[in-house]
Amino acid sequence: MKITRTDVERVAELAYLDLSEAELEMYRTQIDEILEYIGKLNELDTTGVEPMAQVLADDQSADATLREDVVVPCNVARDILKQAPDPEAPYFRVPKVIER
Amino acid sequence: MSAAWTIDSVGAALAAKRISARELASDFYKRIGERNAELNAYLTLSEERAYAQADRMDALVTAGKPLPAMAGVPIAVKDVISTRGVRTTCGSKILEDYIPPYDATAVERLEAAGAVILGKTNCDEFAMGSSNENSAYGAVRNPEAMDRVPGGSSGGSAAAVAAGLAVAALGTDTGGSIRQPGSFCGIPAMMGSYGRVSRYGLIAFASSLDRIGPFATNARDVAAVLGVIAGRDANDSTSTTAPVPDYRAAMERPVKGLRVGIPKEYFGEGMDDEVRKKIEAGIEVLKRLGCELREIHMAHTDYAIATYYIIATAEASSNLARYDGVRYGLRVGDDSLLAMYRKTRGAGFGAEVKRRIVLGTYVLSAGYYDAYYLKGQKVRALIGQDFRDAFRKVDVIVTPTSPVPPFKLGERTDDPLQMYLADIYTVTGSLAGVPGMSVPCGKICGKLPVGLQIFGPAFGEAKVLQLAHAFEQAGGGSV
Repeated sequence: MKITRTDVERVAELAYLDLSEAELEMYRTQIDEILEYIGKLNELDTTGVEPMAQVLADDQSADATLREDVVVPCNVARDILKQAPDPEAPYFRVPKVIER
Repeated sequence: MSAAWTIDSVGAALAAKRISARELASDFYKRIGERNAELNAYLTLSEERAYAQADRMDALVTAGKPLPAMAGVPIAVKDVISTRGVRTTCGSKILEDYIPPYDATAVERLEAAGAVILGKTNCDEFAMGSSNENSAYGAVRNPEAMDRVPGGSSGGSAAAVAAGLAVAALGTDTGGSIRQPGSFCGIPAMMGSYGRVSRYGLIAFASSLDRIGPFATNARDVAAVLGVIAGRDANDSTSTTAPVPDYRAAMERPVKGLRVGIPKEYFGEGMDDEVRKKIEAGIEVLKRLGCELREIHMAHTDYAIATYYIIATAEASSNLARYDGVRYGLRVGDDSLLAMYRKTRGAGFGAEVKRRIVLGTYVLSAGYYDAYYLKGQKVRALIGQDFRDAFRKVDVIVTPTSPVPPFKLGERTDDPLQMYLADIYTVTGSLAGVPGMSVPCGKICGKLPVGLQIFGPAFGEAKVLQLAHAFEQAGGGSV
């Protein structure tokens, strides 16, 4: 067994994800099977292989493609706030975080 | 009627005033009204926006002005691609009422070229799935075989084009989500190289893999749409500055002498016998066209699924952290902020999305990062090297798109690993960043479509399209 129920609970907590009892058990079983399968990567010796984090064409490096950092007009605050579940212009309101 | 429309025939009909763009859009909406209840391909129709754009095109015709390349062409857009003022759900309950305040660059470019956006198409939730059965808004049916899945995750886009409910469509591909539904619905479908098309406005699943690309009814139309949406965009730093070739001109070149690699590893066990027969018949067509076939080896193919499901889920767990009930989307209330996050995400995400968030968070978590995520990135480098080595010997690589034909609705939903393994031939190209296309390659028993996949080297889209076009013209679609 690669993953325990405690592992799934810990990961769900890290991801701020409420899972039901049934989900916890289902994901533990399924993810265990998937991790078992993923274990086949250990057949490969990757000593000295540079990890590939991003696909970039040979003709460009990350900094060659950065634009000038200039301010442009972007008058969308009202449209954006309209999408918020609990807006109070110009703020997003959330449950109280800090006790007085 | 509408099933016969192509980008060229729309342009010609408008210029000759045989039909107006408004009438054409109206015809498509009528057909959507007749078919969508059973297909479930569209989630939202953008009629107001479509007719406004159609009227702009009709005004150009009336004024005798030149028409842009895609004038009046009715297009469907996958619901993970942002459309200003038009609901964009990502197939998820967590974004059920979300209306983006801006357009994705690909959408903006299509409209600037005259296209008419008919609406938003169904897909697996956040593009996570291979059958479209992970949509919070119900499965899509395959118009070629109504008891079968259309493939996924861009199942709605593929079904809409195959059923004649759009002339072309945009989908997105992270591990096969354009090519596999193209294959299942019997239409050509393409993902360009990573960086070829801007991802600005594409709601992220796995940022190092996600790509936007076209579905159409023929390879020339795929090329036309790709030509419009490709090219550098200042809003996506990973979009390339490499110039966009004239794909339609380039694809007319003869394919005689083109070196086609056939990787042995893509024809192993797990492949359906009937699919194999069709692909072998397709390869015979390539021989007849004078292509030079070469057997090649891509040694790390068998490790691609394991690698993909580490990298894609890790990136997803990070990208999907933004759905916290604060700025947009669903909120499930609670007195505590952290409980509000947990409840919102627990209620808003579907089963597959949660599974991938849990897996992705696990492979990135302390103590497991090196064993899984770092290992995955290293094997990804080896898979990329397989492709670079192959393209020193051949011009393009040909494989099946999917090991199996379209399967029955509900047939595979209980076993996530089996569903993941169906992506075995597509995820390799996703990890490597190379362009890939699926073209129709006959139907099993005259009913179930099979797709032939063509990979090209990075930014070698023209070569892929060249072979796709020649294959199509030589009758490859009905082997």
